[in-house]
Amino acid sequence: MNDRHIIISDPTLRDGNHAVQHALNTDQIAVYCRAADAAGVSIVEVGHGNGLGASSLQLGEARTPDPLALSIARSNLVRSKLGIHVIPGFATIERDLKPALDLGVDVVRVASHCTEADICERHIGFARSMGAEVWGCLMMSHMITPELLLEQARRMESYGAEGIVFMDSAGHFLPDDVSRRVTLLVAELSVAVGFHAHNNLGLAIANSIAAADAGASLLDGCARGFGAGAGNAPLEVLVAVLERWGYSTGIDLYKILDAADLAEERLMKEIPAIRSANVVSGMAGVFSGFMKPVTRIAKEFDIDPRDILFELGRRKIVAGQEDIILEVAKTLAQRATKGNQ
Amino acid sequence: MLQQNRKLKVAIIGSGNIGTDLLIKVLRSSKLECGALIGRSLSSAGMVKATSLGVTVSAEGIDYIIKNPECCDLVFDATSAKSHFDHAPILKKLNKRVIDLTPAKVGLMSIPSVNLADSLAESNVNMVTCGGQASIPVAYAIGQTHDYVDYIEVVSSIASRSAGPATRQNLDEYIKTTEAGLKQFSGAVRTKAILNLNPVEPCVDMQATIFAMVKTPDIPKLSEVLWPLVHKVCEYVPGYEIILGPIMDNGRIVVMVRVRGLGDYLPAYAGNLDIINCAAIAMAENYAQVFAAGIVNE
Repeated sequence: MNDRHIIISDPTLRDGNHAVQHALNTDQIAVYCRAADAAGVSIVEVGHGNGLGASSLQLGEARTPDPLALSIARSNLVRSKLGIHVIPGFATIERDLKPALDLGVDVVRVASHCTEADICERHIGFARSMGAEVWGCLMMSHMITPELLLEQARRMESYGAEGIVFMDSAGHFLPDDVSRRVTLLVAELSVAVGFHAHNNLGLAIANSIAAADAGASLLDGCARGFGAGAGNAPLEVLVAVLERWGYSTGIDLYKILDAADLAEERLMKEIPAIRSANVVSGMAGVFSGFMKPVTRIAKEFDIDPRDILFELGRRKIVAGQEDIILEVAKTLAQRATKGNQ
Repeated sequence: MLQQNRKLKVAIIGSGNIGTDLLIKVLRSSKLECGALIGRSLSSAGMVKATSLGVTVSAEGIDYIIKNPECCDLVFDATSAKSHFDHAPILKKLNKRVIDLTPAKVGLMSIPSVNLADSLAESNVNMVTCGGQASIPVAYAIGQTHDYVDYIEVVSSIASRSAGPATRQNLDEYIKTTEAGLKQFSGAVRTKAILNLNPVEPCVDMQATIFAMVKTPDIPKLSEVLWPLVHKVCEYVPGYEIILGPIMDNGRIVVMVRVRGLGDYLPAYAGNLDIINCAAIAMAENYAQVFAAGIVNE
């Protein structure tokens, strides 16, 4: 048994937006913020599924604009910190980040594809200069080796990130993949290390525990796993398992179970499940957020969504490149027509 | 007719990837000749390349043009927005035409296939951004064929290797300038630009997807205007290609373009760098014709 403390960051109101095509409304934001705050969650992350400034035709338009979502969240959080996810290339400092910080955001997680840390330098520096707590996030981290991940994490640290979260955005990792990466990052970095899981292969909890055991000090979890694709590590399960494992989270078990029940009732159209296409997405290493547009476009072009997913994986398409789904579908449909002739 | 063979003398400030690729294109042009490639270090890769090609080089920066004003009639500025703010008034005083490849936006935003005539009347033109050069012809066609354009969004994907340190530091400026260009040329009420970097090897070609929300979509009318325009772009960017659309998807107009570069100094996948250089060369060659005509008139 160990008695280490784990910081719990809860992106239910951010990653969960992927599951409802970014349609979370102000009532839903308010009610869940109050529940998470009451349970003692450390950080509540709010926003469009792809973060600040990402509302777009490419990724889906948010029902609740960033400033409104953040001010509603701000007024419903007392103990919990308010967090945002920020991807340079989508969010700019002047248009998005500065107004968000002015609204009282506490924690800024500046994210890039796992090989592109250097696009984060200015955003990290700006958020730090405004006094925010800043983490660097490396997305789709299964696409590179632990050594390359370390190199990118070091860059983020040098820009001023106070912690590094690496994200299994495709739900592709096995527990040992996670352990190796956390062990290396914890040994080589002088800042905290966090992990964000997806559940495509049913390993979100196991991978999160592997991260904690290897020395991670922050874990992401969403109520009922509410998140992109097969969902994230279910927060209420994560808290319970961490408790059994001997870690402390500062979270009240009954109250986080209540928050999960409330989220199920008020936020979700359906509870995240590992559907067949999610398994393929995890195997192929495709960004979980692609699931909704892939399903829609596969129907439109009358092709198997699994074929689209494997082709996207083969082409190593990264998060944010949703437009390529349409091109891949068109190419596959043409190939199918030729085959039938 | 003899005058038309007279080449326009140009200088290039900035000896990075963009400047060096421009040099190769200038040397190939029948209408341009290079007076100097000006940078900050004689040992940089671009300067070494220029020297090997017998081009006059200088590490003095803008001072070289001040001291040797006869070296050029037109200047390509391939430095940075910050530097261009310093260069612009100096070059104006020296009466040099300027083609600005930084996002400084001092002069008129220029897309040769769309506003060539207006641009030729200006002494300083700005080449917007790579994403702008690729997407604005499409956005312009959408604006020309629809009464009310509510929203235009452009998502560009480029190979990580084609994005140097300056691009990576200046994503916000890229977004701002591209959005301003889209708005000006399409008349859209709202615009958004997004940039993705993809590290996959072999490197991906530059692609840009243009989404538009308009009041009454008219794809046949749009196609009528778009295809001749694409043909015009191809005259100066041979690797420019529409790979999808125009189609309606989910209630929006979608057009996807791919840009393969000429592979001069930069690899062919770096269509994002090639297209802005090709556009700049097209502008300069048209200036050259105006100059030649001007000499006839005198």
